[in-house]
Amino acid sequence: MIPAAVDYVRADSAEAAVAALGEHGDEAKLLAGGQSLVPLMKLRLATPTVLVDVGRAADLSGIAVDGDTVSVGALTTHSALEHSAELAAACPLLAHVASQVGDPAVRHRGTLGGSLAHADPASDLPAAVLALGGTLVATGPGGSREIAATDFFTGFLESALAVDEVLTEVRVPVSTGGWSYQKFNRRAQDWAIVGVVVAEGGAGVALVNMGSTPMRASGVESALAGGASAGDAAAVAADGTEPPTDNNADGAYREHLARVLTGRALAEAGVG
Amino acid sequence: MTDTLDATSPFAGGIVGEARLRKEDPALLTGEAKFIDDLALPGSLWIACVRSPHAHARITSIDTSEALATEGVAAVYTGADLADAWAAPLPCAWPVTDDMKNPAHHPVAIDKANYAGDIVAVVVAESRYAAADGIEGVVVDYEPLDAVVDLADAESDRVVIHEDCGTNVSYDWALVPDPDAVDAAFADAVHHVTETYVHQRLIPAPMEPRGVAAVPSPHNGDMTLYSSTQIPHILKVMASLTLGLPEQKVRVIAPSVGGGFGCKLNVYAEEIICMALAGRHGVPVRWTETRTEAAGSTIQGRAQRQTIELAADADGRLTAVRATLLADMGAYLQLVTPGVPLLGAFLYHGLYDVPAYAFTCRSVFTNMTPTDAYRGAGRPEATYAIERAMDALAVAVGVGPDEIRSRNYIPTEKFPYDSPAGLIFDSGNYQPTLDRAKELVDWDGRRAEQADRRAAGSTKQLGVGISSYVEMCGLAPSRTLAALNYGAGGWESATVRILPTCKVQVVTGSTPHGQGHETCWSMIVADQLGVDPDDVEVLHSDTAISPLGMDTYGSRSLAVGGTALWMATEKVVDKARTIAAHMLEAAAEDLEFAGGVFSVKGSPDKEVPLAGVAFGAFTAHDLPDDVEPNLEAQVTFDPGNFVFPFGTHIAVVEVDEETGAVDLLDYAAVDDCGNQINPLIVQGQLHGGIVQGVAQALWEDAVYDADGQLRAANLADYLVPSAAECIDMKLDHTVTPSNSNPMGVKGIGEAGTIASTPAVMNAVVDALRPHGITDITMPASPMTVRRAIEVAGGGAS
Ligand SMILES: Cc1cc2nc3c(=O)[nH]c(=O)nc-3n(C[C@H](O)[C@H](O)[C@H](O)COP(=O)(O)OP(=O)(O)OC[C@H]3O[C@@H](n4cnc5c(N)ncnc54)[C@H](O)[C@@H]3O)c2cc1C
Repeated sequence: MIPAAVDYVRADSAEAAVAALGEHGDEAKLLAGGQSLVPLMKLRLATPTVLVDVGRAADLSGIAVDGDTVSVGALTTHSALEHSAELAAACPLLAHVASQVGDPAVRHRGTLGGSLAHADPASDLPAAVLALGGTLVATGPGGSREIAATDFFTGFLESALAVDEVLTEVRVPVSTGGWSYQKFNRRAQDWAIVGVVVAEGGAGVALVNMGSTPMRASGVESALAGGASAGDAAAVAADGTEPPTDNNADGAYREHLARVLTGRALAEAGVG
Repeated sequence: MTDTLDATSPFAGGIVGEARLRKEDPALLTGEAKFIDDLALPGSLWIACVRSPHAHARITSIDTSEALATEGVAAVYTGADLADAWAAPLPCAWPVTDDMKNPAHHPVAIDKANYAGDIVAVVVAESRYAAADGIEGVVVDYEPLDAVVDLADAESDRVVIHEDCGTNVSYDWALVPDPDAVDAAFADAVHHVTETYVHQRLIPAPMEPRGVAAVPSPHNGDMTLYSSTQIPHILKVMASLTLGLPEQKVRVIAPSVGGGFGCKLNVYAEEIICMALAGRHGVPVRWTETRTEAAGSTIQGRAQRQTIELAADADGRLTAVRATLLADMGAYLQLVTPGVPLLGAFLYHGLYDVPAYAFTCRSVFTNMTPTDAYRGAGRPEATYAIERAMDALAVAVGVGPDEIRSRNYIPTEKFPYDSPAGLIFDSGNYQPTLDRAKELVDWDGRRAEQADRRAAGSTKQLGVGISSYVEMCGLAPSRTLAALNYGAGGWESATVRILPTCKVQVVTGSTPHGQGHETCWSMIVADQLGVDPDDVEVLHSDTAISPLGMDTYGSRSLAVGGTALWMATEKVVDKARTIAAHMLEAAAEDLEFAGGVFSVKGSPDKEVPLAGVAFGAFTAHDLPDDVEPNLEAQVTFDPGNFVFPFGTHIAVVEVDEETGAVDLLDYAAVDDCGNQINPLIVQGQLHGGIVQGVAQALWEDAVYDADGQLRAANLADYLVPSAAECIDMKLDHTVTPSNSNPMGVKGIGEAGTIASTPAVMNAVVDALRPHGITDITMPASPMTVRRAIEVAGGGAS
């Protein structure tokens, strides 16, 4: 619980952050809200030698709705998402999922970009962005590129970001069709034991904590697209998953939960 | 709410009995209170402990060279380096039997580590950070051995953990006053219920972890130990003995202490290590526990397997109770580890009138963190066994859980009650607590709702669970402790000092760590002396200021320490009366003392206020002969008996049969702790206590894997509930004064924890009974509940 010594650099913009990451190489880590990184450092499970703090990069924070696209700066906190009237109107699912993350203290510090970049399969927001069919914008030394959310999560705590890239923006379509987030946990502040996100009347379905990455429940999506009933679609929710085992749940129980929660999520989303 | 004071209470017309905000809270809530880590001690060295990652391993070599080369590291010590630093191993003060096995427990292990977390080396450095860096440079070679984590495996001696003990069995202990009567009762029983329950290990997890700062005074050999402890007084004696220090040179101070729940009722390696190294290095030596250490290196609680058998007649009236325990001591015996089962041993018949009684206990060592007292210590386990078994008996007899209890409660006219285990229950009136609790949860309405949901085949089933309890607290009559082989007494001390300006100082040997002593103590003294409670200062937790004390645990503070205070105040009033009589030229017997004024009976104009007496005692210009010039009295009170609070709690839960999730819908608690000094504090103790007991039922579990690794070493994996998991509880009370002390009070610090676990588990099992389910292993996690339903053949997958 005592972190190792670390140098600290403040970057006030994405460009400054990219430059700092370029200078310090893979010994450096971006620091956003610190809600995932700092606990790991205190346990000495992460030991970066330089922290590049983008927490005050004002241009990376904010919510804008333009036509049928919602753009969210990567540094936007969970709390800002949760309380944005604009987001509640344009994409109520994302606002609601943000409100289910951790506790108020965590939501005031933690950021959407940090949550996505951390790529924790147990996190709520990655699944929401997946189900919504979002697009992520990364800025590196050569400029910016877009990455589809479905291509972003490459492994356990691993993403498509290069070490010198900064996630700057997250885009999701305006989405007001039937939605639901079923987060199953034992205490309010905990990560989901299993979570199921349904977006846009079942067009997008994603699973939390059912494998090594946040994932779409493609079986459920295609079953629904093929005209299956909600019940039949829910029955395949766990197909092809390799859920982890921990104190709260083993794989078989997680698979059971995935089916039950998918059924509930589809019902809440009004999928027949 | 009924009134908080019985008509026989010695308090009337004052503030005692009123709900008053706590004096302690402004400092705590504004961050002004100073905890151990807040102390500024320039020039300190910090220690960090190298802990065995293995549950059971021989230490083959330790290389400290890299650590010594780390920036800021001053020294590194192994167990061998420090072997001569202690005069004795860490103390166990409760050798429950003469032949109890008690392996030497060195503060730093010498050649073998016996649990994951056992200290094998200590790094001393200029800062906490440098010390943490230093431990990464200590290279320890281990030869791992098979770990013992299962109690039956421990009992089998397949692997003997402490070779010098020759066995893993620490002791066998029995309380069987009349074996023939028990056998006869079971032979004649119409109903014979046998139940087996498991109490998982629990992590006490106070908000403030432990912390130590040992401050030496090199020129005169004085040593001040600051520790986040419940027991500065006991710690002073034990630390002096363990280190071979002259006790008069040792001072122990507990600054603000952020909770203990029993886990700070101990003498820990880190305290002894810091003192030893402070002596060696001649500067303050400090340590603050990390949360991970708090999980695995501070004592844990519960960890028992119990079998309880009930014999009853055709109507379900109990004729005998027989309980057998297998208790997990962990790797070593800490201060009162072996005594915990004994604190429950007398209560496995609960609050029921039972003629024949038998209790036996076997305690074994395992390769896990030592266990010790945790809120309730022994009584939650006993209450759990009898209250779960009473529900099983109700099913066997075919009556409701309320009816089976009503038939068996000790009748009110039998008090004081000679219990079959040999105790004398001071006072009790149990049925009204059940009646009121049923009212509060709308028992009949809930039962009807439950029947409807069952009939409708709802996936969300209701369960209602009762727990009636009595517990023994106010530890303890010293003679009783002697009979149980405990190594100390159970008295408490108080001094009341009226200052020249008629302000009051109270010195108490009871050591608060969240209970609100300052508030209650000043309310009592304010009423007795007729002064403002804000004019009463309560001094505590420093052995130089309060040299006599037995500290705080076992719901003893008010019943024992508060009684000492009450008596000391009476004594000081007596002295003031002598002086007042002299001043008023009247006989002491002719004086009345009310509202802080002495007056002569029948001559209302002849009076002197306490302030006048106080100033007179100070100037000493005109005191009666043989009266010393001070207004101060000290009393050490050794209680004649325990106190026996009781009550009934009812939990209403909803079980989601598809997921297995248990939701607490309603909770009522009707408790009786005799006269209530401050009902707000009583309620606070109940709120926290109940949640802590519910947590054992639903959330908390210090899981160890087969290799003896703690799999819940942080607050993400060890599920301490937060405010979000709590519900509004419905509290009410009855008032049945104790006759064990003049204020008629009983302890309430542990009652909530004792009562709530079985209430919730009875409710969970009640919800699941249609599936034929009769037990759920704690905690009733969603997966455990869902599995049970699947195994019972219910619920679609
Ligand atoms: C008590 C607690 C409870 C929690 N509960 C939940 C929960 O229920 N559900 C949930 O989903 N999460 C939970 N979290 C995690 C929380 O959501 C974190 O906020 C989030 O995972 C990380 O966001 P951050 O801004 O704090 O990132 P940081 O911790 O600062 O960074 C996390 C990682 O992402 C990288 N990173 C951060 N920002 C960027 C960026 N813009 N570009 C590239 N890389 C970046 C960092 O280098 C680091 O590797 C909890 C955390 C805590 C402490």
